[in-house]
Amino acid sequence: MQELSQRPIIKLATFEPTGTVMQKIAEEKGCGTKGGSGKASCGSGAGQNDLAPEIWEKVKNHPCYSEEAHHHYARMHVAVAPACNIQCNYCNRKYDCANESRPGVVSEKLTPEQAAKKVLAVASTIPQMTVLGIAGPGDPLANPEKTFKTFELIMNTAPDIKLCLSTNGLMLPDHVETIKKFNVDHVTITINMVDPEIGAKIYPWVFYKHKRYTGVEAAKLLTDRQLLGLEMLTANGILCKVNSVMIPGINDKHLVEVNRAVKSRGAFLHNIMPLISAPEHGTVFGLTGQRGPSAQELKALQDSCEGEMNMMRHCRQCRADAVGLLGEDRSAEFTTEKIMEMNVNYDLDTRKAYQQKVEVERQATVAAKQAELETLVGEHSDIKILVAVATKGSGRINEHFGHAKEFQVYELSTAGAKFVGHRRVDLYCQGGFGEEDSLETTIRAINDCTAVFVAKIGGCPKDTLKKAGIEPVDKYALAFIEQSAIAYFKEYVERVKSGEIEHLERGDAEIRQGALVA
Amino acid sequence: MAYLIVAKNCTSCSACEPECPNKAISERGKSFVIDPAKCTECIGFFDEPQCVAVCPVDRTCIVNLDYPRYQPQA
Repeated sequence: MQELSQRPIIKLATFEPTGTVMQKIAEEKGCGTKGGSGKASCGSGAGQNDLAPEIWEKVKNHPCYSEEAHHHYARMHVAVAPACNIQCNYCNRKYDCANESRPGVVSEKLTPEQAAKKVLAVASTIPQMTVLGIAGPGDPLANPEKTFKTFELIMNTAPDIKLCLSTNGLMLPDHVETIKKFNVDHVTITINMVDPEIGAKIYPWVFYKHKRYTGVEAAKLLTDRQLLGLEMLTANGILCKVNSVMIPGINDKHLVEVNRAVKSRGAFLHNIMPLISAPEHGTVFGLTGQRGPSAQELKALQDSCEGEMNMMRHCRQCRADAVGLLGEDRSAEFTTEKIMEMNVNYDLDTRKAYQQKVEVERQATVAAKQAELETLVGEHSDIKILVAVATKGSGRINEHFGHAKEFQVYELSTAGAKFVGHRRVDLYCQGGFGEEDSLETTIRAINDCTAVFVAKIGGCPKDTLKKAGIEPVDKYALAFIEQSAIAYFKEYVERVKSGEIEHLERGDAEIRQGALVA
Repeated sequence: MAYLIVAKNCTSCSACEPECPNKAISERGKSFVIDPAKCTECIGFFDEPQCVAVCPVDRTCIVNLDYPRYQPQA
């Protein structure tokens, strides 16, 4: 410890984000397809400015880097990296409940060879799966051999699949060259603080070069390595997303500073996620009663950072073995046992053909939104409302109210429809806590919304929703989300103007605890 | 003395295995185990036993009292 404080082992390199690419990333705001032109904007989808084509190429089919893509393209994680080198107070690697599902917990760990086979099996079954990530369940760079062996195998057998990894950043500076070598062009770093005093409340210890560091010293070591790693990545033109866990009372206010720190170092996207801390998960925060943020607290922080850079709001805090579209988990279809029995036929042409169809659907979604948006020109109103949407994907309102495991939330105003988050309503391992009424749960999760768009809804829940002040809307069944939302908003404003309805501010909503279950 | 891994606490995360300077740690079933004949408690290598320092679950890598204290060769 003496040694560390006297002779800093970290030498912060003065990397200048060199290429024009990184400069462009820093200057850009938002990325989404613009009706067929192939131009783009991303993250929140707030701006419609065009991204540099080389950046758009990297993010356009990546569900975690583009909000627009996440409606259409799927990702998978392979759990080849069980070891970790730091301890976080929101993590507990031990799990006792069979149904337990949260980040850091996986059903089975894989060898790189098993992982490569799994990737081929999934790629053949789900042709819109475009991204393979390694995210643990420990830290990928605490298991460098397994992580890079997996990348190597996949690079050789399925070259069209994008590779990405998610790390705590401690070992990142040592591996930037290798990351580059394997064409990993997306890296996520979890950065919860840039102030070691705050870090000491989040990280009890860090294991580095054969030594366990604790307290402020550990947090200092971690933040220095994270920021150095981020600078090195951006200097090398590797797209970088920063994940931050919002912990009320510990780092909630500080995350604005984190946002500035990572933006200035060239991070492309910032993903502020709510703390998951149910007592039954057995994490330090769970046991000390540290609460997570409410839906409106989370949104307010995301909104306040949005002026600074792209904010990701569609993260599902998925597990290290998740498979499918964000918001669904098909990992149970691809257990090692099942994969071994599968007849895998990896056909690049079939995948390409399918993805072209997906692209047509996507362009249609965007075109419909654009057309509807144009009808808003000249409309002026201060009204802003949130609506919840039941969807299975493809950017359409295509899920039955009672079947929805989550609702996507859009903020509507005369500026259009903006994706601002999602609310899970599925049931998790509740550690023996009773069966709560699922309709009650749903209402608490979307209580800040004025309406809920569904493909279909039964009479009974319809009445209950109305009583709670949430308008059930099924007239846009199977239609495009954003187009319908804008149409609804215009109508809403008209109804308010005519005195048919009164515009009321909605309350807050609850964020459900636990990772998504299939 | 040597160290041992409490099997019921072990998450089988494998973090300890590559850290052991004696290659005394291996996976057995759903847990990792330490070969007491190879364990030197990291004496002569590091200031602290590496398995203890890296293990994510407290009180999982503990002293194995069935073995006498490791004596470095003179």
